[in-house]
Amino acid sequence: MKHVILVGNGMTSFKLCEKLRKLSGDIRITVYGEEIRPAYDRVHLSEYFAGKTADDLLMAPRGWYHEQGITLHTGELVTEIDRTNKTIRTHHGITDHYDYLVLATGSGAFVPPLDGVALDGVFVYRTIEDLNQIIEYGQRCRTAAVLGGGLLGLEAAKALVDLNLEAHVVEFAPRLMPRQLDEAGATILAHKLTQIGITIHTGKATKRIAGEDRITGLEFADGTALPVEMLVISAGIRPRDEVAKACGLAVHARGGIQVDDYLRTTDEHIFAIGEAAIHNNMIYGLVAPGYDMADVVARQLTGDLSKKFMGFDMSTKLKLLGVDVGSFGDPFGETPGSIPIAFQDRCNGVYKRINISADRKHLLGGILVGDASQYNIFHQMVVNKIPLPAQPETLIIGVPGKEDEGAGVKSLPDTAQICSCENITKGDLICQIKDKGARTIDDLKKTTKACTGCGGCTPLVNDVLKMTLESLGVVVKKTLCEHFAFTRQDLYDIIKVEGIRTYDALLDKHGIGDGCEICKPAVASLLASIWNEVIAEQATIQDTNDRFLANIQRGGTYSVVPRIAGGEITPKKLMAIGRIAEKYNLYTKITGGQRIDMFGAQVHELPLIWEELIQEGFESGHAYGKSLRTIKSCVGSTWCRFGVQDSVSFAVFIENRYKGLRAPHKFKGAVSGCIRECAEAQSKDFGIIATEKGWNLYVCGNGGARPQHAKLLVTDVDTDTCVRLIDRFLMYYIKTADPLTRTATWLNKMEGGLEHLRQVVVEDSLGIGAMLEKEMKELMANYECEWKKVVETPALRAQYRHFVNDDASDDTLSFVDLRGQKMPADWNRK
Amino acid sequence: MESTNDLTTYTSPNSTDVAHWYRAARATDFPENGGACVKYGDKQIAVFNFSRRAEWYACQNLCPHKMQMVLARGIIGTTAGEAKVACPFHKKTFSLHTGQCLNAEEESITVYPVKVVDGFVYIGFTA
Repeated sequence: MKHVILVGNGMTSFKLCEKLRKLSGDIRITVYGEEIRPAYDRVHLSEYFAGKTADDLLMAPRGWYHEQGITLHTGELVTEIDRTNKTIRTHHGITDHYDYLVLATGSGAFVPPLDGVALDGVFVYRTIEDLNQIIEYGQRCRTAAVLGGGLLGLEAAKALVDLNLEAHVVEFAPRLMPRQLDEAGATILAHKLTQIGITIHTGKATKRIAGEDRITGLEFADGTALPVEMLVISAGIRPRDEVAKACGLAVHARGGIQVDDYLRTTDEHIFAIGEAAIHNNMIYGLVAPGYDMADVVARQLTGDLSKKFMGFDMSTKLKLLGVDVGSFGDPFGETPGSIPIAFQDRCNGVYKRINISADRKHLLGGILVGDASQYNIFHQMVVNKIPLPAQPETLIIGVPGKEDEGAGVKSLPDTAQICSCENITKGDLICQIKDKGARTIDDLKKTTKACTGCGGCTPLVNDVLKMTLESLGVVVKKTLCEHFAFTRQDLYDIIKVEGIRTYDALLDKHGIGDGCEICKPAVASLLASIWNEVIAEQATIQDTNDRFLANIQRGGTYSVVPRIAGGEITPKKLMAIGRIAEKYNLYTKITGGQRIDMFGAQVHELPLIWEELIQEGFESGHAYGKSLRTIKSCVGSTWCRFGVQDSVSFAVFIENRYKGLRAPHKFKGAVSGCIRECAEAQSKDFGIIATEKGWNLYVCGNGGARPQHAKLLVTDVDTDTCVRLIDRFLMYYIKTADPLTRTATWLNKMEGGLEHLRQVVVEDSLGIGAMLEKEMKELMANYECEWKKVVETPALRAQYRHFVNDDASDDTLSFVDLRGQKMPADWNRK
Repeated sequence: MESTNDLTTYTSPNSTDVAHWYRAARATDFPENGGACVKYGDKQIAVFNFSRRAEWYACQNLCPHKMQMVLARGIIGTTAGEAKVACPFHKKTFSLHTGQCLNAEEESITVYPVKVVDGFVYIGFTA
């Protein structure tokens, strides 16, 4: 059996092990690593300071090598290679014979020849051992500096911040990250780093490190000095080529083992990969090219000569101390004729620069600081030469309201590389999703290993997943379901124009089959939104909450919420709720919308409870419906010394105006009496905030899983105008949103965004304002408390029983005590 | 009380080996295109009047997903022509023909034969 020896056990070496084993079980693999640990993730080394352990950082535990039949020697430094006899020897004297040898010796930190580098308190930033020493020494220090403001140096600076040290970064070049960023980008980055307490010293040539036994400071060529108690040197890397040099392999004058396109050294049985290798005068200090090299070598060792190493794009994206930085393609616009387009926002600390080709057709490269969310897509546009839009500046300044995250990925060809660490293409991902049934990011991680290296491709993988699933009809179906080949908006128009009043009539005329749990409630909602007739008349097409006009809870009981408009309630009504809740043994809780929820009612009790509530003057609160929930309010000018308008009265008025109004999803509002915003109106579907002159109206906010602030629609409008605009806004939402879409999502998807909405609602650009207002008036005129209707209608009331053939109640219900009230027993065990 | 929430209590009979047709209620007591729950001793049986298809179905009222007595309150419908019920809790759907879960990997539910004679609904049991 062929014996392959790997010298070095870093990330690239590990990747080679993995790839070799994937391709063949028929090769004997032995690994010699100098460090005492198996390969670990050096890219995320700084997370060691943020609490990750050495074990967390391992690429794979020791047992993995054993399982894979790989012999791993750690703490063994290979010191000699005998090319004639094809053997290696370690510093402990172990000798071993190889058929093929792979040098993955990596690099060490480059330490500039300065006086004082040997002083106590001077460290390099390379291995876990280095980090342990930095952590230990750092406990006795208050100040520390990093020598080197490149990528790794800033990582080291983050580590110092994590150690609670006053951190300085010293860079010889006039700016930070000189290999990735231009002046403007580096300035923004420096500004951001300064804000989090790192002092930046650029254009500083260090003359010597001062101190007797231990470091006391740095002295610079310009005569200035910086007193510090610790120094971390991160001034670049130096390939580990000693052992290669010693056995007569060609190495570069600046360091690095010379390799050809097959990563072969000058000895055909010896390969070199990773940071130790120099290819076409380039040393690649990033993980992705190292992995690519490992792939080329793994293929050759298993007989596949089809792939060569063709050099590698040095594009990189990282998060430095919370600041996104990306640099891709030709970041400095060095391509002849290239045209830079830049956007700089010092206020928010964002810099974006793209370089486009002279013919304005292609993206050549660019720089992103502060917001690198577009990095992946830009990088792919460069790599795949995707044609630029007619106005390339829209790439970085954006078109208002256009935030379609998935659109970019659509334009990529299937050959586009999405994960550069593992070389996964868009086509690979699509194949996994379409043919192998992958449905989640985790599925894709498992099957392709995408996102498992640097993780930078995760957003793009997500986009591919979303887009492909959509194309399969898994997530977003534009048509309602298999029974209706229409969108909700189509059906809205059909129902309205043809005057359709029942689900069955719509299905007979425009649908196929017999309906389902998707189209029935959706159509029920449409019918309610258009005609506002009592929904209990068509009970079996309603979702269960609407069918029983209450919220189903764990165990199958329901909760009851009477309307308490604006959160205002008299003591008498409060007592009525207390009395009724006590009588029916209901658990009571104050809701987030300033009203009272009563839990634990059985189906047959619902009409009884409501009968009593109605007698006390309550109405349905529609907590169960996709409809108006509450208008929250703060106390406003009636009581509050700060209030400028009567927010409670306005909230009560608004809540009563829209009560019972059914929409594509639930919606909420709030009215605040002054700028202090105690009613949290900006988190609502529509929020009203009092000003000295009137009201500011905000729209399309929500809380929930993805909170979104409401956006300001108009300022300082009077009460009538405010109400009229809300009428229009809500009607427009009801008419055009997809099923189960909250206003925030509706706006996010809207062509033209907020500006379009403002045009329609405020400026009446479509000329439908009067119609929207009229439709709203008709709906409001049709309002009827549906619980009153049920309580008074024997046929409807008869539906409220658990058994159709017995008056018994459900004896499987069980409750336990919770702080003096009841709650349902745990989800029944299987 | 415990026994009714135990899946093993329910077994699907073939209509050929029905030993006992239980007269549950009047057909008009069941909502059109919807269901209601029938008490049969300790058992709870969901019965559906799929009037649009002029068909009747019955199954256990217990949803095997979270062991909740609620299937009778579910929305019924079809997928590719197969009648199904959706649990109101988490929208797990079950075939009303085979009892199989159609959109997740839940245990199958028990289904029972139903017949309507002289305006009364009967459910078939083996015992």
